[in-house]
Amino acid sequence: MKQRTHPLLIAFAVLVFFFLLGPLVIIIGASLSDTSYLTFPPQGLSLRWYENVFEISAFKRTMVISFLLAVGGTALSMLIGIPAAYALARYRVELPRFLGNIYVLPILIPEIVLGFSLMKSLATGLGLPIIAALLIGHALLVLPYCVRVVGASLNSFDFSIEEAAVSLGCPRWKAFFIVVLPNVRAGIIAGFILAFITSLNDVSVSIFLTGPGVSTLPIQLLAHMEQFFDPTIASVSVLLMGVTVAVMAIVERTLGLTFLTK
Amino acid sequence: MTVSLSLENVSAHYGSTKVLDDLSLHVAEGELVSLLGSSGCGKTTTLRLVAGFLEPSGGKIRLGDRDLTRLPAHARNIGLVFQTYALFPHLTVRENVAFGLKQRGVSRAEQRRRAGDIIDRVGLGHLAERHPANLSGGQRQRVALARALVIEPPLLMFDEPLSNLDAKLRVDMRVEIRRLQQANGTTALYVTHDQEEAFSISDRVAIMNAGQIMQLDTPEVLYSRPANAFVADFVGFENMIPMRAISEAGDAVRAEMVGGATLDLPKSQFTVPAQDFILATRPEGLEVTAGGAGIPATLGLRTYLGRAYQYHCETAAGTVKANGPLTQPFAADSAAVLVPRAEQCCLLPQESA
Repeated sequence: MKQRTHPLLIAFAVLVFFFLLGPLVIIIGASLSDTSYLTFPPQGLSLRWYENVFEISAFKRTMVISFLLAVGGTALSMLIGIPAAYALARYRVELPRFLGNIYVLPILIPEIVLGFSLMKSLATGLGLPIIAALLIGHALLVLPYCVRVVGASLNSFDFSIEEAAVSLGCPRWKAFFIVVLPNVRAGIIAGFILAFITSLNDVSVSIFLTGPGVSTLPIQLLAHMEQFFDPTIASVSVLLMGVTVAVMAIVERTLGLTFLTK
Repeated sequence: MTVSLSLENVSAHYGSTKVLDDLSLHVAEGELVSLLGSSGCGKTTTLRLVAGFLEPSGGKIRLGDRDLTRLPAHARNIGLVFQTYALFPHLTVRENVAFGLKQRGVSRAEQRRRAGDIIDRVGLGHLAERHPANLSGGQRQRVALARALVIEPPLLMFDEPLSNLDAKLRVDMRVEIRRLQQANGTTALYVTHDQEEAFSISDRVAIMNAGQIMQLDTPEVLYSRPANAFVADFVGFENMIPMRAISEAGDAVRAEMVGGATLDLPKSQFTVPAQDFILATRPEGLEVTAGGAGIPATLGLRTYLGRAYQYHCETAAGTVKANGPLTQPFAADSAAVLVPRAEQCCLLPQESA
């Protein structure tokens, strides 16, 4: 049996995919160009701009910083986010509604304002070292993802299970680690990955907190772009996209991506 | 090890709402007592107080000679069976059952042996290595039961354990719960809203309403001799006819009903509790007859119940239901007399509204 689909609907769907995938095709194409300026369609085919990424020491250095920052910031954020999500889910009835929304504020505030206020308070106010300010800034930036995604897992967790453990002689703090955490593992991993990617790709907050000698990859990308308009930036972008896609593929294989639609 | 459970003048609040009001309850050694009532009556709160998940605002909870009142939940040594089973999803059946033993520092070999024994006893030996997600509802509840029993607790508590099962399984499981509880001689507290379930397996049942125990007695007494109008209504005394004692007539008390009809209640069969009282009975406690001494009524709708005909009867005191014999059906709209059967009627004090 064939279902009739309106031609306009098909056209609309095609347009959506065109706009979603178009920029990716252009960036990938541009990164492969043999020219010394950014162009599309590529003229000639070459991987030399990829090589160039690894020859520029600033890219190598910031790549490491970005990666460590994403791991560290997310880990720090989880240390706050998991207990927060637990409390919000466990005491859903008792706690006032607005408490849960406070943790989403970093998403609601324009990132540029968030970055500016973090610079004012952490960097210039408290005089923290750049790397520490970056770490705290990124932890704050990704906190909503940690709290929300872990929270989604916890909201569907039956807390009777925790009580069962307690009734069998397990103290509550221990029950949290051996019974609650293993059962929201998928949410923690999912939250970690979303947070990791958000941190890795962030510009608005980082731009206020980076400083002499310490920068992140996207900020370095901006700096590079101001001086050179060569396909290196496209290559870096493709590499960043590659990491994101790889991470998502691993998640899809191991956990499924259904958590994103829940 | 069998011990008794006592709640002494226990009160509980949720915020400013009083959920339990000065509740006292004693469950004897090896006894199974059910807390029965509709939702919000305080039965689950009572169980959670004993389990240690809630703290009472007043009163004492004792298990044997131990005072549980301020003891943390994990130190109470009580076996709990939940409505949602609450199995550990990430552990196998065997690991679920062994959990309590592991917390007690029992050796691995001993954990394996004791968990294995009890899994066999609930008939799940062949499923020991499965995860809960791959079990049916009934099997999950058996695992939950095994998990609670394996720690050999002095007290077992059940929180609506059968509510998520289908009707046939419910009957099988409650028999199994009773069998295991009696075999171990464990004291048990059982929370349910299902009257048949409570009556069928309990030594005694506490019928609860608004944070208080309305009556605590054996199922037999509750079923035939409710102590007050609430319990009478709860156990199916559908007819509540208000009466007033007006005089003594020989060895009987003469009672007057709304509308002026009188009824002589022989003292040998009825004990009138107060001047204003209620005659409470099930439909089978009122016999429909063509004439004689009784409550005058006009018969309305007749329904066929298999064992009897049931009539919706109009009396001066309102509509009542009464059963009549199969051999002699009465026509609709005919006048009849309803005669109370003493052994199936209760005279209850009129409650001030």
